[in-house]
Amino acid sequence: MSQLVQIRPLEAARGDFPAVPMRGLDTLWFQVAGTVCNLECTHCFISCSPTNHSHEMMTLDQVRAYLDEAKALGVREYYFTGGEPLMNKAIFEMFEASLAQGPTSVLTNGVLIKEKYAQRLRALADGSPYSFDIRISIDGYTKEANDPIRGEGTFDRILAGIEHLAKVGLNPVITVTEACQDAATRAGRTRFLEFLRRIGLAQPRLKILPLLRMGAEASRERGYHTWESLAGYHLAADELAALQCSTCRIACASGVYVCPILIDAPGAKMGRTLEETLRPFSLDYQACFTCHAEGLSCAT
Amino acid sequence: MRDVTKIAFLGGIYSNYLALEAALKLARKKGVDQIWALGDFGAFGPHPDRTVEILREAELPAIQGNYEESLSTNAEDCHCGYTDPRDNHYAQISYDYTFQNTAQAHKDWMGTLPGRARLELGDQRLLLCHGSPRQINEFLWSSNTPTPFIDRMLRQEQTDLIVCTHTGIPWVRRDAKGRGVVNVGALGRPANDGKTNVWFAIVSSDGVGVDVELVPVEYDHERLGREMTEEGLPDEFVETIRTGWWTTCLEILPAKERALGRY
Repeated sequence: MSQLVQIRPLEAARGDFPAVPMRGLDTLWFQVAGTVCNLECTHCFISCSPTNHSHEMMTLDQVRAYLDEAKALGVREYYFTGGEPLMNKAIFEMFEASLAQGPTSVLTNGVLIKEKYAQRLRALADGSPYSFDIRISIDGYTKEANDPIRGEGTFDRILAGIEHLAKVGLNPVITVTEACQDAATRAGRTRFLEFLRRIGLAQPRLKILPLLRMGAEASRERGYHTWESLAGYHLAADELAALQCSTCRIACASGVYVCPILIDAPGAKMGRTLEETLRPFSLDYQACFTCHAEGLSCAT
Repeated sequence: MRDVTKIAFLGGIYSNYLALEAALKLARKKGVDQIWALGDFGAFGPHPDRTVEILREAELPAIQGNYEESLSTNAEDCHCGYTDPRDNHYAQISYDYTFQNTAQAHKDWMGTLPGRARLELGDQRLLLCHGSPRQINEFLWSSNTPTPFIDRMLRQEQTDLIVCTHTGIPWVRRDAKGRGVVNVGALGRPANDGKTNVWFAIVSSDGVGVDVELVPVEYDHERLGREMTEEGLPDEFVETIRTGWWTTCLEILPAKERALGRY
């Protein structure tokens, strides 16, 4: 219900919204686990869950085909997301293929990262000349903050994943949304960094993301206000260039979409091949307002 | 007049005028015909005008870095391209000090420098830029600049060799024909490897193809550290000069480069 309302383009003539040019494909995302996840976070902007099959998992062949196309286009970096990417049975082969041609990041909730998994990830990182970043989402430095959002018992399971990575010498980027208490304040940030040092990350890396008021989040705190839109905005060239959609696309099992945020918006599907999607995109969606106003980039 | 066959390229100097003097001496000893400065003359170090005066007196050809672009346009910050609050905090201290201590005439001169330059060396076309060919503050690190992306830049720019700096860690990647990227590193601060030396690059040609040499430079880093302290610059900046480990402006490092440092 609210999910569909939130993702529909706003009622305005198309010409009322600014369009972002495609400056060249630097970043290619893979919605590799579709919308299937082992958790069901209350702020998930695409409402991923164990039973959400709006987007299905990608196959290794699909990923390889897009990697081939991306290589020819000179793509700079690759990201794997979902859902929970590590639920995809072919994920290690996918990482291997991706790391052979560029720096690669994976966005995971970390709960599947056991000792053996961590060792395999370390071997992949060592085997590539390019950086392999593992990004782990958590929503607080206490159980009390995290678990109401990510699920009962998840804090301990996520921490275990982080500790397994730390033990093999991998330093994940910890990602927190502003749903977490004081992650956005300076003092809160310092406390978070201290916490990460305590659990074994000597060089803690922290990324804080604004909330996207759609999907499950629309029912948790709030949906978008009507005024939160780019209708009638004129964005200068440098403002358009700052938007990640000017240099990124996301491949899903069903085709290529403009960005990782809008995969539930039918109008955001831009083609079957990457080449077909290298054209301007009209910023009709309220999430586009967040990217502009908050300077949001999903990239690390 | 004989052809230019051997060129030194100096990366970010960051007001490290002592390293600049040492590098110029070393480059001339190695018989270079020309010395280019690739921008970011000021930043972490003391007395920014000293660096600019050495460059101007020697009439070295130069391009702008983000520092020169910012200083010459009275920008409020360095536009270094950091995204982390701690990185930006220290970058601001560095920029404010440099802005206050750079003469207006020097800022005006910085405004006259081009953003990029093209050279021919032997049978190779060189494109000189500060960050990347397309963006003055884009970071080209070895571990996040894949070969297909390099090929795309070379194709788009119709060049054979991109010569850049901005990151502070030198690296070279070239294909069998010698086409690729040379990041010349920086004279301003060591390469986050626990050693106190800094780096520049020499590109030379005997007519066919070019050779690239990354050159380490030793200088009186203890003296620079003392002068930084006297100027009230942060202890964190001084520690980097004295130990060779980056203490600030390092959240921007990709995973591989970050793992090699102490912090």
